[in-house]
Amino acid sequence: MAINIPKQWLPRIKVLVHLTALYPLINLYYSAIQDQLGGDPVEAVIHFTGIGALNLLVIGLLLTPVARRFQMGFLIQFRRMIGLYAFVYALCHMLNFLFFEVQLNLQLFVDEVFERPYITVGMTAFLLLIALAATSTKKLRQKMKGRWQTLHNFIYLVVLLVVIHFYWSVKSDIVEPLTYVTLFFILMAFRYKKLRRWGDKLFSRL
Amino acid sequence: MLIKSVAPGDCKEFEITDERVYLNRREIIKKMGFVGVGSLFASSAATAGIADLFGGSTAPAVFQQRALQFGAAEKFPETLTPEVKVTGHNNFYEFGIEKQQPAELSQGFKVDPWQLKISGEVENPLTLGYDDLYSSFPLEERIYRLRCVEAWSMVVPWIGFSLADLVKRARPTSRAKYLAFETLYDPAQMPGQKSRRMGGGIDYPYVEGLRIDEAMNPLALMSVGLYGKTLPPQNGAPIRLVVPWKYGFKSIKSIVGIKFVEKKPATTWNLLASREYGFYANVNPAVDHPRWSQASERRITTGGIFTQNRIPTLPFNGYGDQVGDLYAGMNLKKYY
Repeated sequence: MAINIPKQWLPRIKVLVHLTALYPLINLYYSAIQDQLGGDPVEAVIHFTGIGALNLLVIGLLLTPVARRFQMGFLIQFRRMIGLYAFVYALCHMLNFLFFEVQLNLQLFVDEVFERPYITVGMTAFLLLIALAATSTKKLRQKMKGRWQTLHNFIYLVVLLVVIHFYWSVKSDIVEPLTYVTLFFILMAFRYKKLRRWGDKLFSRL
Repeated sequence: MLIKSVAPGDCKEFEITDERVYLNRREIIKKMGFVGVGSLFASSAATAGIADLFGGSTAPAVFQQRALQFGAAEKFPETLTPEVKVTGHNNFYEFGIEKQQPAELSQGFKVDPWQLKISGEVENPLTLGYDDLYSSFPLEERIYRLRCVEAWSMVVPWIGFSLADLVKRARPTSRAKYLAFETLYDPAQMPGQKSRRMGGGIDYPYVEGLRIDEAMNPLALMSVGLYGKTLPPQNGAPIRLVVPWKYGFKSIKSIVGIKFVEKKPATTWNLLASREYGFYANVNPAVDHPRWSQASERRITTGGIFTQNRIPTLPFNGYGDQVGDLYAGMNLKKYY
């Protein structure tokens, strides 16, 4: 049984999604500037935006399987928006590190990115996200045809890299990162057939 | 009487965030909905605050600190970290792995009665009870830099007595080469010891160690207070070690045992990840943590995220003149 919503609700839900994604971010930076984010606001904004980006990626990847399983076709229309917000959070995460953690010491920034595997992995994921965000318009999607989907399948690699980035960044408390590892495998399990097809195609080209 | 000298950069009373607002900030973030999945498993104690928002507020009792009598420190040239940050941003995994958790989850911690047992290779084994912690040795204030291995730092006005005085009173034998420290083990009071997830997968009790000559260095402090009062639980009440030339994790909290031993004792973070945390753990900008640089640090004082506070890290956290001799001829890259 398909679950549908009246068409005129869509714009309202979109506004709600915008607010839900933006409000925490605005509130976060407001509190951070006011020094009301605990002892170390820098750590707080870095962690919040990092976890936020990962949560949005997970939500984004849940939309398709949920839409299929419950025949909620309208959910598909939210994938781009959620994906772009994941990018916005990731952008904030990276800028937090650049502005507030290394405080525009570019030499230190570059050293950290190349010398620390967890940051290298995180930065790789971010660069891929830039490519996906930059090609997210309808126009480019039509122009790129089949290659668009191939490119955007890299979102799975992005989530994997982000989960590794999280796992490697913690000191000893691995329960939370491992929960995301599990979530990643569940999300991939939904796409087993697609991943296999994609893999076959890739290998046949080599 | 405590006479506070105020530096121009110091935090004024009216600038300090109201404690209720401060204690509530994580709940505000939680309400916003963007927290990690880990919070799904948060203990009832940790989530009580959320429930309270709906079911009539009952503010958690705050641990009662007392004012202490002590010799005040001389003026320190660097800006002190405000008390609200010293007591609100803590690594004390016994009370949870997140920085705000120790302050939130430790307020009911019982420090009286307390027993600090000094034992092992000593001629005069002794046990200090709660009152003895404050009366056995003259208390003095010492303002030290605290450098966390995570590359942030604070400046804290501690109150305490020299570890050297305690060592002398115990009269170590010739076999005493090291001191092995141990934190209280009480899972009923310490949620991090009860649950591996809350406690970051550490095997408790937390243990630390010093070479006896390090312990005899005049800088090594047994702290019983900060900012003029007894320690709050999140900072290691009722008694903790402060070794300012080493990374913060060496400064073990809520100590119940100091044993004088012949062999180098095991230390908690070294057991957990020996490649990342050595026995010595002297602050050293030339030896990076495998996952981040130790060349500089972020000093936590006042101000929000736009406060420019990254400063170079100094060898031995700036105490090289006082402690450098302890390590003469040692390869500090090998013995990190």
